[in-house]
Amino acid sequence: MISAKQLSYQYPAGKTMVYPDIESTGGNALLILGKSGCGKTTLLHLLGGLLRPKEGQISIHGKDLTTLTEKALDQFRGQYIGFVFQKSYFVQSLTVKDNIMLAPYLAKKSEDTNRLQALAKSLGIDHLLHKLPATLSQGEQQRVSIARAIIHHPDLVLADEPTSSLDDENTATVAGLLLQLCRENGAALVVVTHDERLKSIIPNQITLVP
Amino acid sequence: MMLKIIYRNLVYKPLNAVLSLILLMLSVAIISLLLVAGKQVSEKLDNDLEGVDMVVGAKGSPLQLVLSAVYHVDAPTGNISKAEADKLAKNPLIETAIPLAYGDSYKGYRILGTTADYPGMYKAELNEGVLFSKPMEVVAGAAVAQKEKLTIGATFNSTHGEDARGQVHESAPYKVVGILKPSGTVLDQLLLTSVESIWDIHDEDHQLKTVPPHVEGEEIHHEDHTEEPEADKQITALLIKFRSPMGIMMLPRMINENSTMQAAVPTLEINRLVNLMGIGISTLQGIALAIMLIAGLSVFVSLYNRLKERKFEHALMRSMGTSRGVIFMLLMAEGLFLSLAGFVAGIGLCRIGLSMLNKRSAEEFHFQFGYNWVPEEAWLLAITLLIGIFAAIIPAAKAYRLNIAKTLSDG
Repeated sequence: MISAKQLSYQYPAGKTMVYPDIESTGGNALLILGKSGCGKTTLLHLLGGLLRPKEGQISIHGKDLTTLTEKALDQFRGQYIGFVFQKSYFVQSLTVKDNIMLAPYLAKKSEDTNRLQALAKSLGIDHLLHKLPATLSQGEQQRVSIARAIIHHPDLVLADEPTSSLDDENTATVAGLLLQLCRENGAALVVVTHDERLKSIIPNQITLVP
Repeated sequence: MMLKIIYRNLVYKPLNAVLSLILLMLSVAIISLLLVAGKQVSEKLDNDLEGVDMVVGAKGSPLQLVLSAVYHVDAPTGNISKAEADKLAKNPLIETAIPLAYGDSYKGYRILGTTADYPGMYKAELNEGVLFSKPMEVVAGAAVAQKEKLTIGATFNSTHGEDARGQVHESAPYKVVGILKPSGTVLDQLLLTSVESIWDIHDEDHQLKTVPPHVEGEEIHHEDHTEEPEADKQITALLIKFRSPMGIMMLPRMINENSTMQAAVPTLEINRLVNLMGIGISTLQGIALAIMLIAGLSVFVSLYNRLKERKFEHALMRSMGTSRGVIFMLLMAEGLFLSLAGFVAGIGLCRIGLSMLNKRSAEEFHFQFGYNWVPEEAWLLAITLLIGIFAAIIPAAKAYRLNIAKTLSDG
C-alpha cells in the first residue's frame, strides 16, 4: 500500500536528511520512533505529500507522489490519506459532525451519515457531534480527529504524535481505537512519535537516528 | 458545505462581521438615498417646468415666485392687476400666457384658479368627468382625489390661505366635476378651477357675509352682486411661453424695469437652487464614500486578524484535499458575501428612509418618492463589491501562499 525508497529531504537551511526505506500494507501498523528533532514530522509530511522530497520516490495506491502536480497532489491527499496530528486542528466555526464530514466532502466522496454514526459510536463521541470542537477535551478532540482521518476510507492513515498530549489512560484508548479502526478499514497506519508508551502497542517499529 | 463554511465563519466571530456590515449598510444607504431622491427631485423639477419659459407675478423674491407659481410649494409674492397682465399677454413675443389665481386651499391642497390651458400645458387627461366650465366647478388632481376620497359630484368648502386650519369660506362650496389621470407632475396635487371662482369667493366673502349657508346643489346667482370693474380684478401670476428665444432676451428686463410686476425665468432660478443644494449633496456623498472606505478597511482588518488563528484550519483543509485556489476563493467569498449583504441591507435601509421621508413630505410638500431602482445603483453595487474584493484580496493571497507543512509542525 505504501512504500518509500531512497527518500531524502533538504531543509531550506541546507541540511539534508536521508531516511530509511519504508514499506507497509493495508491493515498493518508501523511505528516510527525517534527523538525530537530527528526529522520524524518531516518524514510524515513527505509521506503525506505535504512536502516534496529531494530524492527518492513515495508510492501510495500504486501512484508515485513525487510525479504529481500541486493540485493533483492536493486531490490525491484528500482521497487516499487521512491525517491525525499532534494537536487537534479543526475548522473552529463548524460543529464536530461537520468537521468529520468535511473529509468525504473535500475528497469528493459520498457523505455517508450511517458510517458517521457507527464511527462516532465506536469512538464514543456520538454525544458530541453537535458541539463546537473548542468545547471538547483533548482526549475527545483526538478521537474526533481519528474519525475524520478514517471516515472517507483512506488507504493510508498518517499519525503525528497522536498521543503525546494525552495522559496514560487516554493514550491507551486512543491508540487502541486508532489501530482497531485502521485494521477494520484496511488502511495502512504509520505513526511517528517519541512516545515510548506506544512501543508495547505497535510491534512493527523503525527507529530514526539523526 | 462551502457556503456553510463561509457563513459559519462569518457568524463565528460576529462582532467583526457586524461592524463591517453596519458600516457598509450605512454608506450604501446614504449614497442610494441621495441618488434616488436627487434623481426624482430633479425629474420632478424638470417635469413641472415643461412649457414654462417665464413667470410673471408681484415683485418680491424671484425664487419664491417660481416656487409658488410653478411648483406650488411656497406662498405667493402678492397679486398683480389683471389689466396689466392682459396687456403684457398681447405682446407678440408671447405665445401663451396662462393666468393663475391662488391663495385658497382645501385640507392643505392648493386650489388653483386658471384656464383650460393650464392642464393642457402638462398634456393632462381626464380620468373621469369633464373640465371645469362654470365658476365653482373643480377638477381634482389624481393624488388629491385619492387621498381625500373626492368623487364626481362631491362638494367642499375652501379655506383661506394655505393652512388647513385657516378661515373657511362657507358661503360657496366647490363641486367636483372631473378627476385627472396621474401625470407625475404638480397637477396631481392640485384642485383646478376657473379664475372666476376665486374672484367670486372673495367677493362674496366681502359682500355677502350675512347670506345663510346655502343648500347643497343650489345654483349660485352671480347677478345679485355688482360686477367689479375689470381694472380692479387681480390674479396672482402668469405662466408664459415664448414664441421665440427672443422673448427671453427682452421681456424679463422690460417687465422688471418698466412695470409693477416681476418676471422670473424658472430654469435660472431652479439652477440656482440646485447649485445651492448640490454643495450639500456632494458633501454628503463624500462622507458616505469615506464611510464606505472605512467599511472596506474594517472587512480587511477582520479577515486579516482572523487569518492568524485560521491558518491552522486552512492548513488542515489543504491536508484534507482542498487546493490552494479553493482556500483563496473561500476568503474572497467571505469578503464578497459581506459586501453583498451590506449592499442589500443598505438598499433596504434606503427604502425605509424613503418611506419615512414620504410620510413627512406628503404632508409638507405634496410629494411622494418612488421606490424604483435608479441605474446608478448598479454602479453602487459594483463599487461595493469592488471594496469587498480589495479588502479580501490580501488575506486571501496570504492564505493561498500558506506553507502547510510548516504551519502544521509549528502547532
